[in-house]
Amino acid sequence: MDCINQLAQCLSAGGMDSGLAEFISIFLGVTLTATFPLLVTILLIWVERKFAARIQDRIGPNRVGPFGLLQPLADVVKLLGKENITPQGADKPIYNFAPPLMVASVLLIWAVVPFSPYHIGSDLEIGALYTIAVASIGTLAVMMAGWASNNKYALLGAFRVVAQLISYEVPLAMAILVPVMLAGSMSMQDIVTAQYGMWFMFSAPVAAFLFFISSQAETGRAPFDLLEAESELVAGFNIEYSGMKFAMFFAGEFMHVFTNGVLMAVFFSGGWLGPFAEQAPILGAIYLLGKASVWYMLSLWLRNSVPRLRIDQMMNFNWKFLVPMSILNLVVTAFLLQVIKQAGLGPADAGNFLQNIPQTLILLLGNGFVAYVMLSWARSKGRAARAADEAKKMNAATAASVAVGD
Amino acid sequence: MVIGGLTPEAIAFGFFTILTLGGALGVVLNKNLVRGSVWLIVSLFGVAGLFVLLSAPFLAAVQVLVYIGAIGILFTFAVMLTRSMTNLRQRFTSQWWSSLIVVVLLFVVLMAGVVVPVWGNARPEDASTVVATTVDLGVALVDGNQFVLPFEVASLLLTAAMIGAIVIARQHEEE
Repeated sequence: MDCINQLAQCLSAGGMDSGLAEFISIFLGVTLTATFPLLVTILLIWVERKFAARIQDRIGPNRVGPFGLLQPLADVVKLLGKENITPQGADKPIYNFAPPLMVASVLLIWAVVPFSPYHIGSDLEIGALYTIAVASIGTLAVMMAGWASNNKYALLGAFRVVAQLISYEVPLAMAILVPVMLAGSMSMQDIVTAQYGMWFMFSAPVAAFLFFISSQAETGRAPFDLLEAESELVAGFNIEYSGMKFAMFFAGEFMHVFTNGVLMAVFFSGGWLGPFAEQAPILGAIYLLGKASVWYMLSLWLRNSVPRLRIDQMMNFNWKFLVPMSILNLVVTAFLLQVIKQAGLGPADAGNFLQNIPQTLILLLGNGFVAYVMLSWARSKGRAARAADEAKKMNAATAASVAVGD
Repeated sequence: MVIGGLTPEAIAFGFFTILTLGGALGVVLNKNLVRGSVWLIVSLFGVAGLFVLLSAPFLAAVQVLVYIGAIGILFTFAVMLTRSMTNLRQRFTSQWWSSLIVVVLLFVVLMAGVVVPVWGNARPEDASTVVATTVDLGVALVDGNQFVLPFEVASLLLTAAMIGAIVIARQHEEE
């Protein structure tokens, strides 16, 4: 019997009580799913530091272990040894509860991540919605931390978080609706298998772009790192935290970035799909993590090469560009999908690559239309703003010359 | 599987009930408004758990997304902006007895409605017979024979509220 994929049956065949066997198998599954991202995070810290160093023309960690690979372990030991300081005016229960909540909000997402055709924490009927719902708890953790620290920089950071995260949740949710529409289901496993013939990245590139940008904003990383803008807020909401409590926020952020990569892989680039993934489920997990790493690298690249935006620019970019774009994209995609369905151009067999081509081409055209409309609109607005700016400058110059003439 | 004479569902029900009621008590009894709103979120989370037990996962997710992710956070935000409200001295105002009467009356009416079948059959249906998928829910909202009118009225109200909020914010800006 296959003891890796069907542990419960395997144990009860060995004479164990079936209820207990099921409990053990579920318990092991939960422990593995929850521990895995935490372990990956330790490696990710090294990846991120090395990557940032190379972009900035440095070498990065290189002393502890080969290529500095053991550096994160040394960091963990250092953080464990540090004193956990609680400020005197802090609201202790809330102050202590915020860091675990932050980690939990990210870890909970992993419960619905499909690693392979057979390995998924829980294939919820509402998996896609669940990921957004659970991630929104992270906002709460940041806010509790900011308020409970009793520090004005922390509180200011928390205020910015609310403005930023709640705003960027709108295009994020709208972007997720597109793969949900294409797959006809909110279950993560269904979304993955619906991409058997064609990845949604090709039939919905605008949605993929929107999801990527807004999830980058959700993690609070450059160019959207206003919640911890060092030069303005010292460190933002986590300024009063030290030792392991700070490490939890830190780990939560790193894990969130990678989790977003995993979600990009599941929603837009086929999740565990790949050659022989059905026969050998372990390959599925490798494909998933490989695709997630590509998106993760892209996110790191963006973080390390783009400067921070001003808060009004960031909000304008969201409400005046991303949100209209996501609504337009949703409407156009829904309309085109109905047209394709009525015209009978949809694939008879969703798993067939060739049959998917007409539908993908039509959707791609629709996406091109959305992108063209939004970009030309933004360009004309930018031009108008620049013209107004120059007119103002011109007026000021003439006024100055008149004043000199007098 | 049965643990100590209780099914896992019963244990989960007890847990979420304690969260819901305990959180509600925390809201009422807490002097600190920020802590009060955190307790409110705990209570709402308990309700989300009860939705899961009633095999309504969609409602549970929406409960977390809307009530915890949006409304709970807005409450906390608003309370934080009013710092003087975070150091209240008294736990109750002088009108506490009037609200007590209202609450007790409401409780009696609700309990009567459940125990005595005043509004039709109050016996709960077996959960397995009423399990509805998200598709059923979506269809019910746009089907002419079902809930399309309440749905549209609610959308209209929300749109009006949104436009109202924008108008208020704009006037303030131009002054």
